[in-house]
Amino acid sequence: MSQTEFRAALLDPERPVPAGLTDPQGRPAGRRFDVYRNNVTVSLTEALRQAFPVIRKLVGEEFFTAMAREHVRAHPPTSPMMMHYGRNMPVFLENFPPVQHLGYLPDIARLELALRESYHATDAAPVPAEALQALSADVLTASRLMLAPSIRLIRSRWPIHAIWSANMRGTDAPKAAVAEDVLIARPDYDPEPHCLPDGAAPFIAALIGGETVADALEAGPEFDLIAMLGLLLATRAIVEITPGDKT
Amino acid sequence: MSHSMKTLAVAGSLAAALSAHFVTPAAAQDDKEKCFGVALAGQNDCAAGPGTTCAGTSKVDYQGNAWKLVPAGTCATMELPDGRMGALEALDRDLPQG
Repeated sequence: MSQTEFRAALLDPERPVPAGLTDPQGRPAGRRFDVYRNNVTVSLTEALRQAFPVIRKLVGEEFFTAMAREHVRAHPPTSPMMMHYGRNMPVFLENFPPVQHLGYLPDIARLELALRESYHATDAAPVPAEALQALSADVLTASRLMLAPSIRLIRSRWPIHAIWSANMRGTDAPKAAVAEDVLIARPDYDPEPHCLPDGAAPFIAALIGGETVADALEAGPEFDLIAMLGLLLATRAIVEITPGDKT
Repeated sequence: MSHSMKTLAVAGSLAAALSAHFVTPAAAQDDKEKCFGVALAGQNDCAAGPGTTCAGTSKVDYQGNAWKLVPAGTCATMELPDGRMGALEALDRDLPQG
């Protein structure tokens, strides 16, 4: 029996128990393999349940469990670190026929994955607000702002922040399917998603991409810069200010 | 926007954002505190994700029993806020992706 054969049978209950498996007495170990096969599916399903609490609430426990089983078999783990298991969930949801009418599910899965990435990202000390205050606007405009490693930007055509918040914080469910962009920040220990001001996402994306503040402001439409800077200050998102070349 | 206008916009916005930040730290802290409390009570365990707590191994995979092919739950109310498929025209105002 090869490892490939063993693995294939592990993820497909229709397949027979691989030949050559025996118990200590040398008898065929079919039932033992069935127990093991069951535990693999159940524990990976449990991992997905923990990983996607909002998706679970959106589709319901029963549906989620059944769907997770399909996902586990289509996308078994590729790393022994379970904390990032489920990276294929957004693509899986995009292609899973029974949820095609729920267009927002893949982006909710992206949000939940990003929250976990943020949680496990490296710590970084924020630039104190006083240091920003000490900078002249000229210098700041020409500078590059490095954001914390735990910062994530998720752009969506759907009200993903409202959907997330309704399911995790008990706020009102969104009434209309408006687009929402989300900034995930982790000022302390737990990551928190924040709704970005309309039109600010290209600015943040450009900052993350290493553009100067001046160039980042050109990246998209006009937006509420006061609210945006306020959010970056409140979430202690800026960890380094690199002055640009004098022009 | 010209360079000087941009600098002006940044100067004004930064000053406003900073003064808001310094003037209302107490209120901001309170808000955060509340959210934090909810998070701790509701989902502290799963913030770290799977594999970080011990998952039970004695459960049975109820093969096929639960498969209904129809997602249930809160999405039913979310999907049709006003009796049609999620106000698709509102999505047109979306910014270009990327």
